[in-house]
Amino acid sequence: MSNNWDAIIVGGGHNGLVCAAYLAKAGRRVLVLERRHVLGGAAVSEEVFPGFTYSVCSYVVSLLRPSIVRDLELAKHGYQTIPLECSFSPLPDGDSLCRWSDGDRTRREIARFSKRDAELYPEYGKAMGQLAAFAKPVIDAPAPKPESLDPRELISLLRLGGRLRDLPTDLRELELKLMTMSAADFLDEWFESDVLKAPMSVSGIIGTFLGVRSPGTAYVLLHHYMGEIDGAFRSWGFAKGGTGAISNAIASSARSHGAEIRTEAPVHKILVEGGEAKGVVLQNGDELRARTVISGCDPRLTFFGFVGREHLPTDFVRDIERYKLRGSSGKVNLALDRAPQFASRPEPGPHLRGDIAIAPSVDYLERAYEQAKYGEFSTRPYINAVVPSMVDPSVAPPGKHVLSCFVQYAPYHIEGGPESWEQKREAFGDTVIDTLAETIPDIREIILHRQVLTPWDLEQEFGLSEGNIFHGELSPEQLAFLRPASGWARYKTPVRKLWMCASGTHPGGGIMGAPGALAAKEMLRSRAL
Amino acid sequence: MAAGTLAETWARGARLLPFRAMPIPTPFHPRTSEACSSLFWKEWAGYHAVRSYDTCHEREYYALRHAAVAIDVSPLFKVDVRGPQAADFLSFVTVRSLRKLGLGRVTYLCWCDDDGKVLDDGTVMRLGEQHYRITSADPGYFWLARHARRFDVELEDVSGQIASLAVQGPTSRDLLQSVCADDLSELGFFRSMQTRLGNLECLITRTGYTGDLGFELWLPATSAVELWDTLFRAGGPFGLLPAGLDALDVSRVEAGFILLGIDYMSARRCLAEHQKSTPTDIGLERCVQLEREPFLGQAALLAERERGPAWNMAGLVIDWEQLETLFEAEGLPPSLPTAAWRGGLPVYADGRQVGRATSGVFSPTLKQNLAIGQIEAAYGQLGRVLEIEATVEHKRHRVAATVTNRPFYDPPHKRS
Ligand SMILES: Cc1cc2nc3c(=O)[nH]c(=O)nc-3n(C[C@H](O)[C@H](O)[C@H](O)COP(=O)(O)OP(=O)(O)OC[C@H]3O[C@@H](n4cnc5c(N)ncnc54)[C@H](O)[C@@H]3O)c2cc1C
Repeated sequence: MSNNWDAIIVGGGHNGLVCAAYLAKAGRRVLVLERRHVLGGAAVSEEVFPGFTYSVCSYVVSLLRPSIVRDLELAKHGYQTIPLECSFSPLPDGDSLCRWSDGDRTRREIARFSKRDAELYPEYGKAMGQLAAFAKPVIDAPAPKPESLDPRELISLLRLGGRLRDLPTDLRELELKLMTMSAADFLDEWFESDVLKAPMSVSGIIGTFLGVRSPGTAYVLLHHYMGEIDGAFRSWGFAKGGTGAISNAIASSARSHGAEIRTEAPVHKILVEGGEAKGVVLQNGDELRARTVISGCDPRLTFFGFVGREHLPTDFVRDIERYKLRGSSGKVNLALDRAPQFASRPEPGPHLRGDIAIAPSVDYLERAYEQAKYGEFSTRPYINAVVPSMVDPSVAPPGKHVLSCFVQYAPYHIEGGPESWEQKREAFGDTVIDTLAETIPDIREIILHRQVLTPWDLEQEFGLSEGNIFHGELSPEQLAFLRPASGWARYKTPVRKLWMCASGTHPGGGIMGAPGALAAKEMLRSRAL
Repeated sequence: MAAGTLAETWARGARLLPFRAMPIPTPFHPRTSEACSSLFWKEWAGYHAVRSYDTCHEREYYALRHAAVAIDVSPLFKVDVRGPQAADFLSFVTVRSLRKLGLGRVTYLCWCDDDGKVLDDGTVMRLGEQHYRITSADPGYFWLARHARRFDVELEDVSGQIASLAVQGPTSRDLLQSVCADDLSELGFFRSMQTRLGNLECLITRTGYTGDLGFELWLPATSAVELWDTLFRAGGPFGLLPAGLDALDVSRVEAGFILLGIDYMSARRCLAEHQKSTPTDIGLERCVQLEREPFLGQAALLAERERGPAWNMAGLVIDWEQLETLFEAEGLPPSLPTAAWRGGLPVYADGRQVGRATSGVFSPTLKQNLAIGQIEAAYGQLGRVLEIEATVEHKRHRVAATVTNRPFYDPPHKRS
């Protein structure tokens, strides 16, 4: 009974589930084992406080591949997104900037700070959109193998090179700048207003241990424009029911194709015999065997936690040791008695139906990073907040609201060691509330419940090594054919019959599903099972 | 007060446009016009109707699919039928026997001319022992009256007197429940209930044109503004928004519903025979009860059954990857209008035209490019891959389109 699985997938994160659904759809017998009592990993919804559903970790979705929505019929299984209407940046001086989905409205808003920036803003969007379109085939296909002589590989590489050549000179130059510059410097070349540049620059640092003035951060700005170009026609959105609803829809689709999914089934190790994965051992000692094992966890946990160095080549061990995780962010989820009232726009208006960036200036962001560099959490952090209950009444009781705050920087390697986060958790939570109070003066009076997650919690509870939200930084040296290690970007591992399918593989983190789908397709193509 | 507001609006309209009586405001106009910041209107059956309250209908569409919206559908035509033979009469003029329609039930059907060609489609509700109401997209009072002569029935055109508001979306029931004295969980799919909303007597039907959980509210036009205010005072926590016809149109294509004048033409308005459709041609065969006492079009429809249908009303899913490739060839990311289209596109197979797609939309929920259209019966089987015209950068191409079941989108909460 326990050894007739074609594949056992370790971890019921959204990528593990996507992989399971594709394999089951292709007729394979699949078992998913999830450690926690709920599915989804970092894409999870939980009723932590009665009546309020928190998207505990990830909170907005952009990159989930539309092809996955179609292939797995996710709408039928309850998947639904609602586009964010705007990006709102409240300022401590009582003013604010709101960028809307309507271009003309945005132009008028930006013009209050700089007429020149207002006019350039759509041009910037156009250039980034074009570059994102160029990058898009990269995230929809397995990473090319530059060292391979397989003609198929060469063709796909040539196609990419060809596309780069096809770009007009100005865009090619822009692409090179993106690869090398810092987000702040890159934006300086376009805009003059700090009020505009600060909230734009942060998409370059989310999930990395870098500052907006660190080189290489410009590249990640591009990811922001990726979702807009592939049939979604809108960049970021809420998932109805929270991001866990995405995972549940994928799980439901997987089950409809016959996949078995177990929760509260923590894996202790992956069984390796004669250099080949044979199955898994659960923490309760049960041994489950299968023809292949697929890890839906990050590379460090997979190889050093489940497999063990003794089964791996030395070069590979070194590469995985060097693989940068360095978690830098935390999460604070709040249940509110009523909608938050920003000093600049107190009414519960449409500015609350998008994302809210506490990023008043580039210097503010860089100062926040300075502290983190030396092992402290930022006393005035960057916060990306959303009030999903404004557009999705299902996540809070009538009239009440959820305020979800992504907070950076909260370095995993904090002074006193990562375990000392246990003592610093509440102080970190207070800092976040103090920061919010600068723009929402009465925030303290309307909080009904708060949940504080430090990078330590992300590691201990969610299995994210060093609390890294993307299973490894999305910096250029850890992307494409280098993710997670040179030579191992095709979901295979040095252990035969052991595969990877999660965010630590190409094309990386975020609620994208692409690693899971591409891994499944690669396994089916190469008849691995 | 409400009546005063309406009368004032009318008077203002008449002063401004003394020689133009068209279009006229609906009973909700004082509120819809206040909310319609985009000034984006169209004409619907001679009334002003909002297309979208914002510059784009998107927010309204999403509110409909995940919260609740109120759509002013007052321009629908409504005729009350009363009398001992009301059921007999309606069973004679429509394609369905209504003799067994229970009290408080609603049914969807169509009606035909003598040749079995469809004139219109709509709902019939049974409001009392001998009281029915028929709603329709086109005016049909005099046509009904002509056929009513040999029945003991009274007809009354209540179109102008009754305001109607569609409240649709997954939170619509909770919203209405918060202002309703009766238990709405008792109100099943395609049932009606006479109840009070706030202080207002109101008829509620569990019906709609969106394929979602939803209700339609019917009440005297003079109470329309008060109803609107009652709902919007309570609606905040339920995410209630007013929505216009553009959002409605996206949802009705996702739900696979046909629209008179777009997906088929009323036989009454057709200039050529081939423009007319039988119920089967437009996918309404399930409404037709053939084997029974005589009704309008029966002989022709029986003959059609012998012959077999000529057309299928098909759902089509247009291949996205092929479309994307066409855009890529122009150096462009794919882009489609967000509104539903209704221009009409030819559909091909075996190198010739085998049908026409009459409306379609890119579904934001399904991430699929959808169309509805009439396909020659021989080509209309489920799963059949046809070709549909696609224009990219003013160049015409053909891309694959697969015949699919309607509704495309059918959430379980619709019937829950
Ligand atoms: C705080 C936070 C905010 C974020 N915000 C966003 C956002 O807004 N938008 C966005 O797109 N992305 C966001 N991300 C990133 C995104 O959520 C992740 O990249 C993505 O969800 C990872 O999915 P995955 O399936 O690859 O891995 P995971 O979700 O990490 O799945 C791994 C699974 O393995 C399980 N597991 C661990 N150990 C074991 C074991 N021993 N046995 C069995 N199972 C085990 C875990 O419980 C988990 O379910 C955020 C992440 C975090 C942490």
